[in-house]
Amino acid sequence: MSVVQPDLKYTKNHEWVKIEGNLARIGITDHAQAELTEIVFVELPSTGKDVSKGDVLGNVESVKTVSEVFSPVSGTVNEKNDKLVDSPELLNKDPYGEGWIAAVELRNQDDLSDLMSADDYRKLLGE
Amino acid sequence: MRYHQADYDVPLLFEACDEQKIDDRFDPTIGGAIPKGLLRSDLNIPDLPERDVVKHFINLSQMNFGVDNGLYPLGSCTMKYNPKICDEVVSWPSVASIHPHQDPSTVQGALRLMHELEGMLCEIGGVDAVTLQPAAGAQGEYTGIHIVRAYHEARGEKRNEVILPDTAHGTNPASAAMVGYDVLEIPSKNGCVDIEALKASISSDTAAFMLTNPNTLGIFEKDVKEIAGTLHDAGALLYYDGANLNAIMGKTSPGHMNFDIVHFNLHKTFATPHGGGGPGAGPVGVKRYLEEFLPVPRIIEKDGKYHLDYDQPKSIGKVKAYFGNFGVLVRAYAYMMMQGGPGLEAASENAVLNSNYLKDKLKDDFELPYGGLRKHEFVLSGKPLKSKGVRTLDFAKRLLDYGFHAPTIYFPIIVDEAIMIEPTETESKETLDRFVDVCKQILKEDPEILKTAPHNTSRRRMDEAKAARDMIFSWRGYKKKTENAK
Repeated sequence: MSVVQPDLKYTKNHEWVKIEGNLARIGITDHAQAELTEIVFVELPSTGKDVSKGDVLGNVESVKTVSEVFSPVSGTVNEKNDKLVDSPELLNKDPYGEGWIAAVELRNQDDLSDLMSADDYRKLLGE
Repeated sequence: MRYHQADYDVPLLFEACDEQKIDDRFDPTIGGAIPKGLLRSDLNIPDLPERDVVKHFINLSQMNFGVDNGLYPLGSCTMKYNPKICDEVVSWPSVASIHPHQDPSTVQGALRLMHELEGMLCEIGGVDAVTLQPAAGAQGEYTGIHIVRAYHEARGEKRNEVILPDTAHGTNPASAAMVGYDVLEIPSKNGCVDIEALKASISSDTAAFMLTNPNTLGIFEKDVKEIAGTLHDAGALLYYDGANLNAIMGKTSPGHMNFDIVHFNLHKTFATPHGGGGPGAGPVGVKRYLEEFLPVPRIIEKDGKYHLDYDQPKSIGKVKAYFGNFGVLVRAYAYMMMQGGPGLEAASENAVLNSNYLKDKLKDDFELPYGGLRKHEFVLSGKPLKSKGVRTLDFAKRLLDYGFHAPTIYFPIIVDEAIMIEPTETESKETLDRFVDVCKQILKEDPEILKTAPHNTSRRRMDEAKAARDMIFSWRGYKKKTENAK
């Protein structure tokens, strides 16, 4: 059974969002990394890039497939996790911690209300 | 039947030879033909007696698995048996010893063979003209999409988009993007093209729609004529990826389905060898109104003589040196002449029969998304394996222990834990039955055996993550890496 962190928000595409004031830190869930299997390459967005909700934020490539990571919110990319370039396995080892992908400065706080709670996400997984 | 792959300790040729030793039987000047000033002494060429070289490659080949060893049900790839007589024909001096720079008057037989092969492909593809130049299916796509662009430009139109279904082979978006098009992917519905989604995505910017039929799930796209009509009404072209043509030979054709451009994978449909990236052939066929855009030279027959025609001002130009990979074309020609029309039709019938036989025998042990008949291949879902704590990957690896190549896995991505099986027409019922028995046997095995498979192969499970993260492409690269590590 995959780990769902109670204090985070989730999307149906298996991204998680951690709200840090005006910043949304984004990653992929434990379920997502388990489905992808061993991750070998991560493509990060550039900082300063403007993204709209639903835009492609980056790409995650595993031995099994390539998957797009969508931005759950609109705003400006403020930080990206450069550690993933040399150590993509962090996404497998610590998806909710060291495996974060990017942080987006929110343009619209209302975006957050569309996200799922941990309970709803657990229901989506049906585990 | 027990299976165990051979396992030798085979050093690399570079490791096997003593670098200091120079074989004095070999004259590097080739009898003085090469001037001393042009000779290099720093070439790193392994220097070994013939006997050792033969041992090296024979032992390696025994540690490998190919279509000659057994069932190779790699869906989408069509790994059918290649008749040996086709290889024999290619070794004849009249084929092997001619040169592309010879005057056409001295190679009339070769030109006739190519011209006749074009004609046979026209008939099977339902098209009016064919080029044999492209060296592989993907280069065929690239050529075809160049023709799309030339067609629209000749009409004074600028169109920027190529549309694809989400089950398309990965080369389709790559080919379109390489020609400079934006790629638009549309979702499937019940395993087929969602016509409403297609209609919604078509605009005056649409250059072409690329499709395989039967599609990647092995399902025949019944609405193909409506799809073609919709595109043609919008001024766009319909491109046929010939990857699955082996399922429909003699029954229908891309041209009959109103496709405008088609590529043929000779290695899939006409039993030429799949090179390890080696020589292939991906001829492209078009309807009459696109013929003027085909690559040059065109092979023209006039009064029983064959000529090379370069005078085609609207041609997209050459896409490959000379006339394509001639040896592969000869193999395909030999195969087609040997089969004849009825034989090719029977090949498609048996490919479809074998696929449906396996599908019906296995569908209750796995899941079969989108029921019904299939053409030459089918896609199961390995989702039920999860209750045992194993995945499609583990199941596929375990198959190797029984002397089968694994099916294609995790493609297409619209099927969860996909297992894509294509038995081809060249396998017997006995082989298919044994494959079914082995699949059922594996499902009953201890999950730990699956997770640690393969056990009976020359190499155990590969570290695919390391292979992708830590790529070394050459001996030189390997040496550099190991020296740096010291």
